Amino acid sequence: MRLTCPICGERDRREFYYKGDAIELDRPNQDAGLAAWDDYLHNRDNSAGEIRDLWHHAAGCGAWLIVTRNTLTHAVSRCELVEKDTR
Amino acid sequence: MITEVDAGPITLVAPLDGGRKATSEALKAAIGIGFPNPNRTQGTGPRAIWCGMEQALIVGAACPDLPQAVCVDHTDAWAIVRIEGDQVEDVLARLVPIDLRSAVFKRGHTARTFIGHMNGGVTRVGANAFEVMVMRSMAGTLVHDLESAANGVAARSV
Amino acid sequence: MRVSGKGQNQNAAPVSFTFDGQSYVGRQGDTLAAALLANDVRLVGRSFKYHRPRGILTAGSEEPNALVTMGDGASQDPNIRATTLELYDGLAARSQNAWPSLKFDVMAINDMMSPFLSAGFYYKTFMWPKSFWEAVYEPIIRRAAGLGALSGKANEDIYEKAFAHCDVLVIGAGPAGIMAALTAAKAGADVILADEDSVMGGRLNAETYNVGGHVGADWAAAQIEQLKALKNVRLMPRTTVTGAYDDGTFGALERVAGSGDAPLECFWRIVAKRSILCAGALERPIAFPNNDRPGIMMASAVRAYLNRWGVAPGATVTVFANNDDAHQTAVDLIDAGVNVAAVVDSREAAKPRGEYRLINGGLVTGTKGRHGLNQITVTHAGGIEEIETDCLAMSGGWNPTVHLTCHMNGRPTWNDDLQSFVPTDGTIPGMSVAGAAAGHMSNAACLKSGAQTACVVATDLGFSPNADVPSAEDTPYQIEPLWQVDGKGRKWLDFQNDVHVKDIKLAAQENFRSVEHMKRYTTQGMATDQGKSSNVSALAVLADATGRGIPETGTTTFRPPYVPVSIGAMGAGSQGNGFAPQRLTTSHHASVDRGAPMIEAGLWYRPSYFPKQGETTWLQSCNREVDYVRNTVGICDVSTLGKIDIQGPDAAAFLDFVYCNTFSSLKENRVRYGLMLREDGHVMDDGTTARLGPNHFVMTTTTAAAGQVMTHLEWVSQALRPDLNVRFASVTEQWAQFAVAGPKSRELLNSMLDDPIDEESWPFMACGEISISGVSGRLFRISFSGEHAYEVALPARFGASLFRQLVAQAEALGGGAYGMEALNVLRIEKGFITHAEIHGRVTAFDIGFDRMVSQKKDCIGNAASRRPGLLDIQREQMIGLKPVDPNESLTAGAHLFVEGADAVAANDQGYVTSVCHSPTLGHALGLGFLKDGPNRMGEHVMLVDHVRDVRTLCEVCHPVFFDPDGGRARG
Repeated sequence: MRLTCPICGERDRREFYYKGDAIELDRPNQDAGLAAWDDYLHNRDNSAGEIRDLWHHAAGCGAWLIVTRNTLTHAVSRCELVEKDTR
Repeated sequence: MITEVDAGPITLVAPLDGGRKATSEALKAAIGIGFPNPNRTQGTGPRAIWCGMEQALIVGAACPDLPQAVCVDHTDAWAIVRIEGDQVEDVLARLVPIDLRSAVFKRGHTARTFIGHMNGGVTRVGANAFEVMVMRSMAGTLVHDLESAANGVAARSV
Repeated sequence: MRVSGKGQNQNAAPVSFTFDGQSYVGRQGDTLAAALLANDVRLVGRSFKYHRPRGILTAGSEEPNALVTMGDGASQDPNIRATTLELYDGLAARSQNAWPSLKFDVMAINDMMSPFLSAGFYYKTFMWPKSFWEAVYEPIIRRAAGLGALSGKANEDIYEKAFAHCDVLVIGAGPAGIMAALTAAKAGADVILADEDSVMGGRLNAETYNVGGHVGADWAAAQIEQLKALKNVRLMPRTTVTGAYDDGTFGALERVAGSGDAPLECFWRIVAKRSILCAGALERPIAFPNNDRPGIMMASAVRAYLNRWGVAPGATVTVFANNDDAHQTAVDLIDAGVNVAAVVDSREAAKPRGEYRLINGGLVTGTKGRHGLNQITVTHAGGIEEIETDCLAMSGGWNPTVHLTCHMNGRPTWNDDLQSFVPTDGTIPGMSVAGAAAGHMSNAACLKSGAQTACVVATDLGFSPNADVPSAEDTPYQIEPLWQVDGKGRKWLDFQNDVHVKDIKLAAQENFRSVEHMKRYTTQGMATDQGKSSNVSALAVLADATGRGIPETGTTTFRPPYVPVSIGAMGAGSQGNGFAPQRLTTSHHASVDRGAPMIEAGLWYRPSYFPKQGETTWLQSCNREVDYVRNTVGICDVSTLGKIDIQGPDAAAFLDFVYCNTFSSLKENRVRYGLMLREDGHVMDDGTTARLGPNHFVMTTTTAAAGQVMTHLEWVSQALRPDLNVRFASVTEQWAQFAVAGPKSRELLNSMLDDPIDEESWPFMACGEISISGVSGRLFRISFSGEHAYEVALPARFGASLFRQLVAQAEALGGGAYGMEALNVLRIEKGFITHAEIHGRVTAFDIGFDRMVSQKKDCIGNAASRRPGLLDIQREQMIGLKPVDPNESLTAGAHLFVEGADAVAANDQGYVTSVCHSPTLGHALGLGFLKDGPNRMGEHVMLVDHVRDVRTLCEVCHPVFFDPDGGRARG
């Protein structure tokens, strides 16, 4: 498997660390309530098809990435920085 | 041939939000090299080596005062070796997972990647020469891994 | 025997070798199989289950029978295919799976008992009683079955792995592969041409066909020379592409031919923009009665031995086939002067291609010869006839080598004309298939398909290719299905796992009708050859037995690797010191010189203790080192702790967000202890953070979690709080940092610091810049021992000399260096936690730090840490433990029970995380977690360690055993 890091280009998957579903970007407010936090921390869809996952280019530039890929075909359709480059 | 590189002072420079341009200009004014683009180096005497998201190492020159950037002394943080020879790409191919072919990875290109099991940096400094850097504490492993790889390549050509 | 005037290595130097101790002479360029056949050795192994005598079936990597063991002792390497093993002087091979010898194999009794050893035999017979399985059946089966044996010793051979990148990977260097590589390379693409053989050319080396007016093998050699001269081509002979993976990644196994330090094998990861599969096709056997005797071979293999190595596998050869191609075997043999008894063709309308006896509509219905074929029975329209023959060349047709196209879950497509499966388009993104692998069976069609496919691929990549295809034979491939022949005797399909036609029928009869079920019931295709020659025939038999067509029956799943890959090759580079990087501190050599045993802490190596003359146990050294710190002064290298430099206008706000306690209120030149939670409210890490300036902090992490914390900070900064203007960088490697701990620590420092310190200038938890002999560094007044202590840091290049000086000064004051054992005792005496306590399942509440979780701000883990279940009083919470009888000991990992309760899981009250012998207090101490622990001080609990058989009655106490009010650290 290879991912195209927006900063470093195409790299082998061994350079990346996998975190999980991109839902982790949508952090609830501190007082959003137990149900919201439970969803955020624990509940994940396990869908066949397109998914958005978080990967870290751990052995590369250190960027956190949102990778859109298809669990049926393994095709990677997008690989973007979680943080828009504002600097 | 593997030789240790005494790089002189090394400073990690990370421009703060919106500070990349000012930092680059300040660097240029002080030591003649700008802040490098991702995966690139600038300069050959005093050098700037990109080393991660919005970070570069200023090598071989004292880092000027950079109000728009964070500067951290990294002089003692790295073990750097130069590896040179006709089969240097073959040797590094045993350790480095990225594409180092000369048409793709040219002089002045640098990459953060794996060297064996270690995170580190690889820079092409000549047609048949690279610099490889890893964390200082792993210097022994770097030499061990490079020697093993070089022995494997050499034993084939016998 | 050798045939004079034949073979591409006919003038090669002689090479001597041994097989089962017997000496033979072969030729340079032979495979072991070719050399054995040249020496008329036909019996080379025994089958897996029935120990039937077996000979060489094929001339390639698909070989199921001719497996040998190479090497001795730790280098013993079993299951090497004689058909791919290149001969060298002094090669020594042994047969396997035969006891006591190949010719006289006691286990062949299995063959006599075969009516009882049907498919599913193991499942049925060995199911009951359960206890018999381990005690009786398994050892017997293990002894009886099995292929070659491993040595059981650590292998010291060198293996290698490597990465390669290209525009076009061409897999297979037969006619199609050569044309594909040439076409793509001449267009300018970076090409890798990989082929599993030592000599490239594929079938061209085994056939007598001409290409472009030249002998095929000569043409191939000339093209390879041309490719070799091109700078953008990398030729990889002896390299089998073993697997196709996502995004153009391929695995490939290279058998390295080298000497001295050369690795045995190299496992390649090849990344290609596009790939062209030119893997050719594999000939399949026919399942006729007793079709497994030595001397019965594939018709194409007979041609290969004759044409490439000048070896006739028999004196009188008979051919049995259902297709035209096999007739070429008879033609080549006759041309070479070898006697051909007949060509038995199952087709009524087959036409002869030369001067030989053709038996139309004939079937081989029986064979004879215990250790080698000597006679066959042929049934034809004219009746039953016996033919004396010592070699039968069989061909049931060709199976395109579709394997790699199926590695990403693709399924091949049935082709009626070829009576075989062909690749389905698009099953591997970026892969095209050419030549016989794509079902193009003639030489001309292969050449053309290779060139045309490469043209399409090169054009896609932006090159402008030209194809110049040489002329070659273009005889159409004619075949009629023939899978099995009726008659008395077993009709073998999978030679390696001893599966025959009746086994497949039995599977169908017992309702294992799905091809995947049949495979597992019979073990068809599950041996090391993965059924390369037998799977399609087995499917055909299953299809027939279940009344379905072959396409409906489908294939089993082809998985990587295409050929067996040794674990040594996959783990290459990871033996010995290559297993993991070694991180050494600047004091490493000094510690080793002092005789300190080094222990691993993550990748770091740290001194366990520093033995002194006269000390015979580690505990003596440890107690002495604890005493240094409690009474004089001790020195310990703490450089392995993670140090992260954090700067920027929002640095304080960032720390407030990642730590559960507050750092924005920390004054400059002061240090604060911080607790970091995971978002789920459990503790991630702890450490101290120093404020060096208004916008400048240095965070320390534990040694173990340094990497994890850095990753976490990057995550928080990029994903959750990009609004905060902050930068951080690891400075762990920049600094050498040493703990100077004990009542005389300040005295020691003042003997070295350029500007002395005192209580007022450097109170507890102060930090700042210092200098030693003009070198600037940092000094932190922090304590992990509970004593008046400091950590002093200088740039790493001064680390070794700083350590030497500190230890020398400490010794002058009656102290000295201390290691991890003493460090651990010191912190347990003080109830300080490490990752033994914060092991991932504990909360701030559990360690009694819940009041540190600020309620005034949002921070990582804050919301989740307040979930009711995480604040339940019945949770296991941290406590101290001491034995009621001070002479008894405690063990970490033990569990806690109410005194008198059964020591079973249902009664579990908690567990012990850290223990030590405290020389300060004179008895054992422990830290652990106990349900409602803080409210059970003074209670007695029973510590039970089932593993080490320890039971100790303990008193629950406060985790801070020593100096509970902390007066010593504050000075």
